[in-house]
Amino acid sequence: MRSMRQGIGMAMMAAAFLGAVLPLTASPCMAADKEPYKIGAIFSVTGVGSFLGEPEKKTAEMIAADVNKNGGINGHPLELVLYDDESDTTKCNLNFKRLAKTDKVPVVIGPSRTGESLAVVGVAEDMEVPVITCASSYKIVTPIESRKWCFKVAGSESDVVGKIYDHMKSKGITKIGVMCDSTGFGASGKEELVKLAPEYGITIVADETFGPKDTDLTPQLTKIREAGPQAIVNWSIGPTQILAVKNWRSLKMDSIPMYQSHGFGNRKNLELAEGAAEGVLLALARVNVGPLLPDSQPQKPVIMAYKKAYEDLYNEPVSSFGGHAWDSMNLAIAALKAVGPDPAKIRDFVENTKGFVGQHGVFNFSPTDHGGLSKDDLEMVVVKNGDWALAQ
Amino acid sequence: MQKRDWLIFLAVAVFLAIFPFIAARISAISHYIDIMVFAGIFSIVSLGLCMLMGYAGQVSMAQAAFFGIGAYTSGILTSHFHWHPLPAIPIGCLLSAAVAWLVGVPALRLKGHYLAMATLGFGEIVHIVLNQEVEWTGGPSGLVDIPSLKILGVRISSEEAWYYIVWTAALCTLIFCFNVLRSRVGRALRAIHEEETAADAMGVPTARFKLQVFVLSAVLAAIAGSFYTHYVTFLNPGTFDLMWSIRFVLMVMLGGVQSLWGAVLGTVLLTFIGNEWLRVFADFDILVYGAILLLVALFLPDGLVSIFPKGRSASGNV
Repeated sequence: MRSMRQGIGMAMMAAAFLGAVLPLTASPCMAADKEPYKIGAIFSVTGVGSFLGEPEKKTAEMIAADVNKNGGINGHPLELVLYDDESDTTKCNLNFKRLAKTDKVPVVIGPSRTGESLAVVGVAEDMEVPVITCASSYKIVTPIESRKWCFKVAGSESDVVGKIYDHMKSKGITKIGVMCDSTGFGASGKEELVKLAPEYGITIVADETFGPKDTDLTPQLTKIREAGPQAIVNWSIGPTQILAVKNWRSLKMDSIPMYQSHGFGNRKNLELAEGAAEGVLLALARVNVGPLLPDSQPQKPVIMAYKKAYEDLYNEPVSSFGGHAWDSMNLAIAALKAVGPDPAKIRDFVENTKGFVGQHGVFNFSPTDHGGLSKDDLEMVVVKNGDWALAQ
Repeated sequence: MQKRDWLIFLAVAVFLAIFPFIAARISAISHYIDIMVFAGIFSIVSLGLCMLMGYAGQVSMAQAAFFGIGAYTSGILTSHFHWHPLPAIPIGCLLSAAVAWLVGVPALRLKGHYLAMATLGFGEIVHIVLNQEVEWTGGPSGLVDIPSLKILGVRISSEEAWYYIVWTAALCTLIFCFNVLRSRVGRALRAIHEEETAADAMGVPTARFKLQVFVLSAVLAAIAGSFYTHYVTFLNPGTFDLMWSIRFVLMVMLGGVQSLWGAVLGTVLLTFIGNEWLRVFADFDILVYGAILLLVALFLPDGLVSIFPKGRSASGNV
C-alpha cells in the first residue's frame, strides 16, 4: 500500500512538474517574413460571464482571421493571444500580467465584465500597457488622472439612463418605480437611475431589489403598483428580466409602460418571454438593430458587414457584446496600423481617436474622456410583434 | 521545529529567494512570480486552516469569509477613510478575531459535519453582507480606490517586492505555527484531534483550545486578506464565496492535513494548477478539484507529504 501510495504521489508530482516545464518547450513559430503584431485579449469565456465572453471571443477570432487573410497589418501577421478569465478577478489579474510580461503584447482588449476590468486597471497603469475593456462602468475610466492607460468601448449606464429619461420626458412621465437585481449590473444601474432622476425632473416613487436567481417578482411589482408610478424600469440581467416582463403581464400591470435596461437587448429574450414583452421599451446600441436603421446612418454599413460575417460564420445572431469586441479589436488594429507595436504610442493614438465608426457608436476619445460614447449613440427601441422596432 | 524541519526550511527559503531570478531569466515562466505572490498569500490562510483541521480536527468552510473580513476591513479603512495601509491590517485582524470568537463559541459545540455546515452558513452570511452593503463594500461591482501597500513612504508596486514581502510573512507564519505546535497547546490540540473525549478526560480544556485555534486561523486569514487587498487594489465579493473556502480546504488536504509543510505545498500546487497548468479546463475546474480530492482521499489520505520519508521525534510528526 505504501509503495502504491508513493507511486501515485510521485505520478502527481511528475504531472505537476511536466506542467511547469511544458511551456518552455512549446513556443509557437510563425513562418512569416515580418514579425507578427500581437493583441492580447481577456474575456470571460466561461463562468457566470460566459454570455459576454463567448460572442466576444468569437468576434475577436473572426476579425483576426480576416485580417490575416487580407495580408495582416502593414504586412505583419496578427497574433491574437486570448485568455479566459473564467469570470474570476484573481485569474483575470494574473492573465493580464501574463499577457504583459510573458507574451509581451503592446495592447490588451477586454476584460468582459466590470469587476475583472477594475482588477486590472491598476496593473495596466503600473505596467504601462493600454487596456481597452468591454465593460461599462464609469469607474474604469475615472478619475482620469489614475486611468491614463485605460479605455472602454461599452457605453456608460449613465448614457442608457439618460436616453430612457429623455424618452420618458417626451411622454410626460415624471413618477417612476425602479426594480434592480443585486448583481454589479443592477447595482450600478440603480446608482445612475437615482443619481440622474432629479436632473430630468423625475421622481422615483418605488425602489425594489431582488436576487439574480429569484423565481418570482410579484412582491416587488405589487409594491411598485401600490406607489402608483407612471412607468417601471427593470434593471437586471439573466432570467429575471424575462420574469419581470411575465409577472408584469400576469399582474395586468401592462397599462404602466415598462422600460428595461440594455441587458434585455438579446433576441433570445423575446422568444423566452413568449409574447409577454410586447411594448417593452429599452435603449439599445445600434448594433442590435442594424437592419432597422435608415441608410443615412453612418454606422449602418459597418454594422451590416459585421452582422453578415458573424452570422454566416457562426450561424447565430450578433449580440451587443460581440459588438464590444469588434470595437476594441478594431481600435487596437487601427492603432497598430498607425503607430506599430509600441504601448505608449498606441495609448496616445487611442486617446486621440475621433470619429471612429464602430458597432456601438461613433467614438470620440479625448484626454478627459476615455469612453468616447454619448447617449446619442443609442436608439430607443420597442418590442413590436415579437421583434425590435424603433420607438417613437 | 526540529533539526530536519530547519533543514527543509533553509532549503525552501533559499529556493524562494532565488526563484524570482530564475523565473526572470526564462521568458516562458516570467509570469510565474505573479502566481507565486498569490500562492504566498493563500499559504498564510491555509497554514491557519491546517492548524484547525489537521491538529484541532475541526473543519471550517468559512476561511474565505475571514479572508474577506480582513480584506474588506483594510480596503474600507484605506479607501473610504484614507488610512495608511499598515495600521489597517491589525484592525482587520481584531475584527476577524472578534467575529471568529462570536461564531466559534456556539459553532464549536457542534461536531463533524454539523460544524462544517455551521461555518458554511456563516461564510454565506458574510458573502451576502459583502454583496448587499453597497455603501460600504461597493456591493457586487466591487470596492475601488484602494491604495497599494506603503512602507516607510515607499509604495510597493513591483512584483518582486511583493513576492519577498508575502513569502517572508508566510515563512514567519510557518515558524510561528511550528512553535505553537511544539508547545503545550500543540500537544493538547493533537490530543483533541486523536480523541476528543479522551483529551477531555485527561483534563485538556478542549472547548477553549478549539476556540483559540479557530480564532488563530481567522486572524491568519485576515492578514492574508489585507495583503490581497493591497496587492490587487480591488475587491469584489466573488473572491470570498464558498468556492474559495472549498479551495482552501482542498489546498490543505492536497498537501497533507497533518503537516504544515503540506499546507504550503498544497497551496502552491493548487494555485498553479488552477491558474496556469489546467487552464484548458476553464470552469470545469470544479470537476478537476473534485477528482483531486477523491484521489487524495483514496490513495494519499495523509496528503502529498506522505510520499516523502518521515522524520520521527518525541513530539510526533509535526
